[in-house]
Amino acid sequence: MSIFVDENTKVVYQGLTGSQGRFYGLRNRAYGTQVVAGTNPKKAGSDVEGIPIYATVADAREATGATVSCVFIPAPGVEGAVMEAARAGMELVIVITEGVPAHDEARFYNELRRNHPGTQLLGPNCPGVITPGQCNIGITPGEIAKPGGPVGIVSRSGTLTYQALHEMTQQGIGQTTCVGVGGDPVPGTSFIDCLTRFESDPDTKAVIMIGEIGGSAEEEAAEFVKEKMSTTPVVAYIAGVTAPPGKKMGHAGAIVSGNKGTAAAKIEALEDAGCTVARNPTEIGGLMADVVKRL
Amino acid sequence: MDLFEYQGKQLFARYDIPVSPGEAVTTVDAAVAAADRIGYPVVVKAQVQVGGRGKAGGIKIAANADEARAHATAILGMDIKGHTVRTLWIEQASDIADEHYASFTLDRAAKLHLGMLSAKGGMDIEAVAVEDPDAIARLHVDPVDGLTEGRCREWVRSAQLDETAHDGVVDILLELYRAYTDGDADLVEINPLVVLQDGRVHALDAKVSLDSNAAFRHPEWEDYEATQELDAREREAREKGLQYIGLDGSVGVICNGAGMTMATLDVVTEVGGSAANFLDVGGGAGADVLANAIEVVNNDPGVRSILINIFGGITKCDEVALGVVEALERVDLRSPIVIRLDGTNAAEGRTILNERASEQLIPQPTMLDAARKAVEIAGVAA
Repeated sequence: MSIFVDENTKVVYQGLTGSQGRFYGLRNRAYGTQVVAGTNPKKAGSDVEGIPIYATVADAREATGATVSCVFIPAPGVEGAVMEAARAGMELVIVITEGVPAHDEARFYNELRRNHPGTQLLGPNCPGVITPGQCNIGITPGEIAKPGGPVGIVSRSGTLTYQALHEMTQQGIGQTTCVGVGGDPVPGTSFIDCLTRFESDPDTKAVIMIGEIGGSAEEEAAEFVKEKMSTTPVVAYIAGVTAPPGKKMGHAGAIVSGNKGTAAAKIEALEDAGCTVARNPTEIGGLMADVVKRL
Repeated sequence: MDLFEYQGKQLFARYDIPVSPGEAVTTVDAAVAAADRIGYPVVVKAQVQVGGRGKAGGIKIAANADEARAHATAILGMDIKGHTVRTLWIEQASDIADEHYASFTLDRAAKLHLGMLSAKGGMDIEAVAVEDPDAIARLHVDPVDGLTEGRCREWVRSAQLDETAHDGVVDILLELYRAYTDGDADLVEINPLVVLQDGRVHALDAKVSLDSNAAFRHPEWEDYEATQELDAREREAREKGLQYIGLDGSVGVICNGAGMTMATLDVVTEVGGSAANFLDVGGGAGADVLANAIEVVNNDPGVRSILINIFGGITKCDEVALGVVEALERVDLRSPIVIRLDGTNAAEGRTILNERASEQLIPQPTMLDAARKAVEIAGVAA
């Protein structure tokens, strides 16, 4: 079992004809993902290495039965792309694009919440989602993942996600699904959305959660772990312990102001909820290996 | 991107938010000339992006030209918490009856915009939030609906302001919300929002932070870019298109991905060192980007060792290794490079590095080992 995506997931790539979309779309297909369509209103009827291009997401859905969309459209067009996918009835819309304006994100997040509750948004500015051995959507290097579980991974950071996958695979521990929720101020999918799904997935027996300074998503996740995840152990890591206050460290979301959103506050909340908190990314592997041994 | 007060006020003025008449100047003579044009008394205000300038002596009232000259001379070049004053804002003094507070920002937990309005302005609003939370009237605004006049008026009524000021405050808040959304700001804040003796309401200060991601639809922001307070290292990095923040330590850090970079800073601290910078080369960085990054870090006089920590996802480790080799040829290295590579093409990358390994290029197997080595070298050198 897995969460969000599996071997039956059919995906349409918005922006498949662009350089990034083409590169990762083909890479995802080579991994085994069912990349069934791309969209581009000006290139409908053509194809990218055999993948048919449709004018709209609605056309692609009708022709192929795709239920998931992956967005590689440049930032100025992301809001339009997300709304198009939602109106076409996509169940999951994954936005890889970085640099989307925060006001656009706030607007399309709330549009979806109110008017398209059946559409789950992941991202923007995220590496995507991978169910190892079955389906890889986005930019995660699939070869570092190992199929089979029992560990689920959810992370705000791309590179640290890869590090965690790599550590697990090195230890011989498989992963059910690995979700990158992205580091932007208004992520479509939260830690809690992922933890809820992992908790009800029978094959996910333990979870790695990688957070960052800024916002309060980790504190909310800690609350959820405390109340709802008594049987699923969580190993967590928070990046940015030493980030100077008031500085933006690359991710628009990672801003420290006052005591709110500091690494110390997040670590305290997670430890209080019974999570094991790694002091550095290298420790995650060993700590999870111990957890898995005890399962 | 944070704006200076004068830039914020110029922005507000474009949205018809009343501000005091004023001029931005960079010399004493220009300050006096501006004061003469505006009419006395004027306020001479240091333009720095840091709080507490009043206490530091950066805001003074001048009743005449001699005072304006004396204040401008004293404040220009003044150091306020490490920020040098290069610009003054000269504005007409206001006859203040009441000081309030107003702002809009994104509430990340609620995923809605949040307006805050308080009768208790002019002071540290974070202190008010702690000591007297009920003194702040909060309003969540769904970006799909926007702020309607009716809701805005109810909100103003709930904030315990003097009733005569309600109309003026409602007008300003509606425009402030427009400046916030149309202007792609992360934050717009007026503190104090003043009511004058004659009952008019206006913005006596302006704090505006813009969302750099929206720069593509704001060509007018180029003017702000030019006035950003960057140190020499940050300016060089920006010209090379690198995500760089200068810090005070001795270990120069180069990584890929913001999370990985923050984690590396943490590990450097954990093993007893301190980082000289945050430098994220981003995803898919090629040899040239790496060589540029090494050049920037190498130019920092505070750096004693360079720690490169890369996990290759999109980034290919052999590309990174080639970049390091290129940098060794192109750059006159002042400090040794300690490097850890993992992920995509790590074996190929390590082979390239091992062939070149020397006292100036030290490959390490893990992030922790690499951080220890870099900190050890920085310590010995210092």
